[in-house]
Amino acid sequence: MTTVTPELIATHQLTEAEYGKIVKILGREPSYTELGIFSVMWSEHCSYKSSRLHLKKLPTRGRYVVQGPGENAGIVDIGGGYVAAFKIESHNHPSFIEPFQGAATGVGGILRDIFTMGARPIAVMDALRFGPLDDPANGARNRRIVEGVVAGIAHYGNCFGVPTVGGECVFEACYNGNPLINVFALGVAKRDEIFYAKAAGVGNPVIYVGAKTGRDGIHGASMASAEFTEESKQKRPNVQVGDPFLEKLLLEACLEAMQTGAIVGIQDMGAAGLTCSTCEMGSRGGTGIEIELDRVPQRETGMTAYEIMLSESQERMLLVAEKGREQEVSRVFHKWGLDAVTVGQVTGDGLLRVRQHGEIVAEIPNQPLADSAPLYDRPHTKPLRTAPMDVPGFTSRNLTRDLETLLASSDICSKRWIWQQYDYQVRTNTLAGPATADAAILRVKETGAALAMSLDGNARYCYLSPRDGVQLIVAECCRNLAVVGADPIGATNNLNFGNPERPEIMAQLVEAIEGLADACRFFEVPITGGNVSLYNETLGEGIWPTPVVGVVGVMKTAAPAGMHFRQPDRSVMLVGGVGTCDPVRFGGTQYAKAVLNALWGLPPALDLDHEKRVQAAVREMSRAGMVESAHDLSDGGLAVALAECSFGPDGVGAEVDLDSDLASELLLFHEGPSRALISTAEPDRVAEIAARHGVEAPRVGVTIKEGIVIRNRGTELIRARVEALRDIFEKALENKLRG
Amino acid sequence: MKFGVVVFPGSNCDHDAWYAVRENLGQDAEFIWHDSDRLGDVDAVILPGGFAYGDYLRCGAIAKFSPVMQAVKRFAADGGLVLGICNGFQILVEAGLLPGALVRNTGLKFVCREVRLRTETTDSPFTAAAAKGQILRVPIAHGEGCYVADDRTLNALEAEDRVVFRYLDNPNGSARDIAGILNRERNVMGMMPHPERAAEALMGSADGLVVFRSMVSALAHA
Repeated sequence: MTTVTPELIATHQLTEAEYGKIVKILGREPSYTELGIFSVMWSEHCSYKSSRLHLKKLPTRGRYVVQGPGENAGIVDIGGGYVAAFKIESHNHPSFIEPFQGAATGVGGILRDIFTMGARPIAVMDALRFGPLDDPANGARNRRIVEGVVAGIAHYGNCFGVPTVGGECVFEACYNGNPLINVFALGVAKRDEIFYAKAAGVGNPVIYVGAKTGRDGIHGASMASAEFTEESKQKRPNVQVGDPFLEKLLLEACLEAMQTGAIVGIQDMGAAGLTCSTCEMGSRGGTGIEIELDRVPQRETGMTAYEIMLSESQERMLLVAEKGREQEVSRVFHKWGLDAVTVGQVTGDGLLRVRQHGEIVAEIPNQPLADSAPLYDRPHTKPLRTAPMDVPGFTSRNLTRDLETLLASSDICSKRWIWQQYDYQVRTNTLAGPATADAAILRVKETGAALAMSLDGNARYCYLSPRDGVQLIVAECCRNLAVVGADPIGATNNLNFGNPERPEIMAQLVEAIEGLADACRFFEVPITGGNVSLYNETLGEGIWPTPVVGVVGVMKTAAPAGMHFRQPDRSVMLVGGVGTCDPVRFGGTQYAKAVLNALWGLPPALDLDHEKRVQAAVREMSRAGMVESAHDLSDGGLAVALAECSFGPDGVGAEVDLDSDLASELLLFHEGPSRALISTAEPDRVAEIAARHGVEAPRVGVTIKEGIVIRNRGTELIRARVEALRDIFEKALENKLRG
Repeated sequence: MKFGVVVFPGSNCDHDAWYAVRENLGQDAEFIWHDSDRLGDVDAVILPGGFAYGDYLRCGAIAKFSPVMQAVKRFAADGGLVLGICNGFQILVEAGLLPGALVRNTGLKFVCREVRLRTETTDSPFTAAAAKGQILRVPIAHGEGCYVADDRTLNALEAEDRVVFRYLDNPNGSARDIAGILNRERNVMGMMPHPERAAEALMGSADGLVVFRSMVSALAHA
C-alpha cells in the first residue's frame, strides 16, 4: 500500500490547499487510489479551475440551442426534427510528445463526444499550429511533427469513415515547442433521440463497453495540465494508442444499442477514463455509482486500482441501462464483436464506490469530486506583449514579388498536401470540401437542408490584442458562412493559452474570453461548448494566445458558389469596399510577417455594425444566386484574395482598377475585415442589394481569361500570370516539408 | 433490380453505395451482413469501400475468410454481377476473384481527389452504357491503390480486353495506369475510384452513374 506523502501530493500536481479540501470532503486522508482520482478530476484539463469563472461570461443560450456547455457536446436545432451536435477539443500536449498517436487519439476523443450523444459524426475539421518548417534550430523536428500529426488525423478519420472537410494551419515560432492540434467534429441526430451522460435509476446496471483497459495514458489529463520540460519527452508512454476500427465498431454498436430504448445514460471514457465517466455521470444524475474493478475487461495482468481508474485507454464507453434489459444491450455489442460487461450499478447514496479484490479501494462523494474542484480567480494584469506600437518605415521594391512571397508563405500557401491525405468525401454529403468555398458545406440527407461550418484563429492578432483579435476571428467565421449563404446558429471554441499562473498570461485569457463573449452576443451565435487548453509552455516559453472558434450555420442544399472565378467577362465587385488602414493596424498582417518579418501595433480595426451589414448583403446575394464566386478578404488582403479566386480549374483571372489614397502596400495587402470579393453577371442587382444594406460594393474590375492585373488610379501595381502564381502557391508547402 | 451491399464491420462507404443505388439510380438495395453465408434474392452485389476488418494487416486479407465472401464466390461462379469499389476491389483481389494485388500508393500517402478515367472497354456489364474512350471524372480515396501484377498477367488483361478503366493522371503508381479490371468471365469488376461518390451533379460529378446504369441494363437483358 503506497502511503500518501507531501512529495506524492506534489507529483500529483495538487497544492496543499487542494489536498486540504480533499481531506475535508472525505473526512479522512485519501488512499493512493483516491489521491489519483482527485488529481485527474481536479486537473486543469478536467476541472477548468482557472478559466471557469470567466467562461461564465460567454453567451450560451439562443433560439437554436438545445444543449449548451456541460455535456459531451453542444447541440443546436437544425430544423426538420434534427439536431447537430458539435464541439472542438485540443490534443496539444500528446501530439508534441507522439505526433501520430497524439493527433489520432485527438480525433478519436472528439468523435466519441459526438456519438455518445446519439449523433452520427458527419464532419471533422482541424485547426493546426506548428513551429516554422524552416526554423534554423527546430525545423527538422517541426517537419516531423507536421508529417506525424497529419498522418495521424488521416489514419483515424479515414478509417472511422468521417470526412475531414476543412480547417486551417498556421506556423509561428511560438509553437516550436508546443504545437496545437484542435479537432472539431459535428454529428447529426434526431431531436427526440438525444442521449445524455446521466446515471439515473437506483439499481440500474453500469455497463462497460469497447476496448479493454490497459496501462496506456495514465495521467494524460494531468500531463495536459502542466508545462513542458526536458523530462516531458519521457512521458511518451502517457500518450494513448488509437484504434479507429474499434471506434467505428463502437459507433455503430452504440447507435444501434440506443435504438433498443434500454439505455438510460452514456458517456465516453476520455480524459481521466473510468474515473471521469463514473463520477460525472453520477454527479449529473444526482446518484451514486458502485463499480467492481475485477469485472473491468483488462488488457494486462496485475493492474492496480489506481491504474485501472486512471487509464486513458481509448475507444471505451460507460453506459447505464435499464435493469433487466442488459441482454438487449449486450446482444448489440456482441454483434459488433465488442465487450459489454456489467461492472456495477447506480446507487442512491451519491458515492463513487470502487471495489477491487473484495475490498473498497475508493469511496468518494460524486458531486464534490466532479463539480467542487477548486475555482481560482487567478490574478490578471495586462496581457503580455513585447511588440512595439511604432510603425517601422517600409517601401516595397516590387509588389508582384511581394504577392509571390505571400503566396509561398507557409500560412497562405495551398494546404493541399495536408487535406489530400484526408478522405473529405466519405458519406457523400460534402458539397464544399477543402479549398473550394469559404466554409465547408455538408448536406443533411435526412432533412434536405445543409450545414456550413468555419473554423478560424489568428494568434498574431490576439497577441497584439486578445480582445480585438478574438472579435475579428468570430467576425471572420460568420463572414465565411455569410459568403456561402448560411445563417450562423451556434459556435464552439478552443482556448489555447500559456500558463494561467502568470498574471500577464491570465490577462490574455480573460480579455479573449470577454472579447469572445461580446462578439458572440453581437452576432447572435451562442457558445454551446468547447475546450480550454492551458499551460501551453515549453521551458518557460509560452505560446501566443490562440483562441480558435468554430461556427456552424444552416442553409439550403444547393451547389455553393465557391471561391473561384468561373468565366471571363464577369464583373468583379468588392462588397464592403476597399476600406482604410491606419499603418498601426498593418503590423499584424501576413505582409508584415512574410515580407517585412515584423510585428507591431494593433490588429485591423473592426466596425461590428458595418461587418454585420456586409454579411447580410453578401448572404442575400449568395442566396439569390447572383454571385458566380464569392471569397472573403482575410490573410494577405485584397491581392491574395484575388489570386486565390483565380486558382480555379480554368485559371480565370481578373483585371482590377482601384481608386484609393492608401499607400500601395496597404491598399493591396491590408487585412481590414468586412469585405468580400465576388464575380457576377448581374452587377446592377448586386449594387442594388449592397445599397439597400448601406454598404459599398464598387465594381473594381472584370474577370479575364488569363492573368492578374491590379492598378490604382491608372498606375500598374501588380501584373502576373495565373499559372505562375498557382505554381508557387501549390508547391510551397511540399517544398518546405522537404527541408 | 435489387442490389446487395455487403457490410463488413469496417465498411464505411456502404451507405454511400446504398444511397447511389436507391436515390440516384432509383433501384432497390439492401445490406448484407458480413457473417451471413447467404446473399438472399439480390440481382447484383456491391463490395463497398472502407476498412473491412480494420485492414491493419494487408487490406482485404482477413475479409476473404468471412462467411459472406464464400457466398459472393458462389454468386460470382454462377455468373452473378459483383462490383468491388476501393476496399471492395482489394477484397476481390485477396479472394482470388481478380488477379494481381493492390499495394501502398507509390507516394506512400493516402490520396483523396478527383481523377479522370478513360473507359477502355464497353464490352462489360459495368460499362456497356458508356462510350469507348469516354472520360469520367470520379474521386479516389485510398492509401493502398497501386495495382501491381506480373507482366504475363498484365499482358493477358490487355489481350483479353479486361482493363476497364485507366487513369489519365496516375495518382498511385498503378501498373499501366490501371484503375479497374474484369475477371475472365467479365461478371466481376474491381475499381479503386468511387463511382458512388460521382452519382449526382450536386456532388460535383455524375459520371460514375454510368457504371450502375450499365449493370441495371445488363440485368434487364439477362
